[in-house]
Amino acid sequence: MTDAPKRTPLYDLHVELGGKMVDFAGWEMPVQYPLGIMGEHKQCREKAALFDVSHMGQVILKGDNVGEKLETLCPQAYSTLKEGKARYGFFTNEEGGIMDDLIVSNAGDHYFVVVNAALRHQDIPHMQANLDGVEVTEIFDRALVAVQGPAAENVVGDLCPAARDLKFMETTVADIDGVSCRISRLGYTGEDGYEISIPEGEAIRISKLFLAHDDCEAAGLGARDSLRLEAGLCLYGNDIDQSTSPIEASLSWAIQKRRKEEGGFPGAARVQKELAEGAAKKLVGIKPEGRAPARQGVEIQCTEGNTIGAITSGGFGPTVGAPVAMGYVSAGHGEPGEKVNLIIRGKVQPAEIVALPFVTQNYKR
Amino acid sequence: MATYYSEEHEWVLVEGDVATVGITKHAADQLGEIVFVEQREAGDEFEKGDEIGVIESVKAASEIYAPVDGEVIEANDVLADNPGALNESPEGDAWIYKIKLSDSAQLEDLMDLDGYKALIG
Repeated sequence: MTDAPKRTPLYDLHVELGGKMVDFAGWEMPVQYPLGIMGEHKQCREKAALFDVSHMGQVILKGDNVGEKLETLCPQAYSTLKEGKARYGFFTNEEGGIMDDLIVSNAGDHYFVVVNAALRHQDIPHMQANLDGVEVTEIFDRALVAVQGPAAENVVGDLCPAARDLKFMETTVADIDGVSCRISRLGYTGEDGYEISIPEGEAIRISKLFLAHDDCEAAGLGARDSLRLEAGLCLYGNDIDQSTSPIEASLSWAIQKRRKEEGGFPGAARVQKELAEGAAKKLVGIKPEGRAPARQGVEIQCTEGNTIGAITSGGFGPTVGAPVAMGYVSAGHGEPGEKVNLIIRGKVQPAEIVALPFVTQNYKR
Repeated sequence: MATYYSEEHEWVLVEGDVATVGITKHAADQLGEIVFVEQREAGDEFEKGDEIGVIESVKAASEIYAPVDGEVIEANDVLADNPGALNESPEGDAWIYKIKLSDSAQLEDLMDLDGYKALIG
């Protein structure tokens, strides 16, 4: 990025809280606060943490039959997504690769879509060009704040009782201290929690109301990454990209039965073939036996010494208390319990393939 | 006894031709919470600038570069079981190596405490 990084509506709050700011996907974001990545991670698992995710793209889709039209770009069943519900999905390309992952909500008179920060410039024109008769509007005047963790219901619910009534993957509009916000019970940490779209001018004030709760502390991108990794959730650009199919990425759970059978989305031929015959590789959880973290790019070998894949995300899992990783292994490998070797800086480090996630997901269903 | 500092944020405590090497508090603070330290073994020889280990924090991996030529006498095994000690006492118990100096004249290229303080501002 040659342009100066952009700032979210919460920038001044990050600075006030002592956030260590870094350039992430063209945005000046806090990687951590004085509490530190480990402390912020545990805060989220044990109580509640507040994350600024305003760098992600918020998009409004208006028109007739938006859900059906989205099905021409995504393998998800969005035409049957009920009002007040949200669903994880992805855009696929003609080769069946993943263009981006996203969350789509049916907000009644419109659809609300959240896409990755780095791919806003791709996704918005993609929808504008391909969703006939749909008005695609990117929102620039709202912050997006995630409050995640077992105490999130109290942190948000104390200010907004309607939030308590939401179940996992439900969304509504409600007032928080007089400010109309979109509140969705979802997130990307493996914990219960909310993502809240707030008018930019009120974002710091509302965030401070959440942070005033004894159980809520600010957390940065560092903790966000270790939390999603322990929860076995893919990071676009690391674990999934234009070349990986949803089946390879072990995301077949995110494609509803009707769409698997009927197809009718970009790259359906490959996805259906892989569903029937298996994919050439698949994403698995990997637990190194030693203490050395296995990071992106580390080679995975079978115990006979042949290369079978590579790590795509890896690091230290603060809740697991040991290194954790995800990576792709070729067909014929990848059963939980299989022993593999990781080549870390030229040294062989034993590891085991494990079922994802590394920690139990605590969603309120 | 004298302590020298490198631009790579190491300290070198010299006693005769033996030196204790570690990373500075400033470096440990910058790295964040340390979760793994990879060390060389006793007897390994190295030259100034060689990579002689890796420190992994929750954020990233960072190389340790040799501040002088020498040979490892002892790697601090406390760090294998408790890498977090490097955050707690990087300039005390959590030293990384005891080394035998090959060329004491190289110490002249390193900084004293005032010089190091000026470097980190």
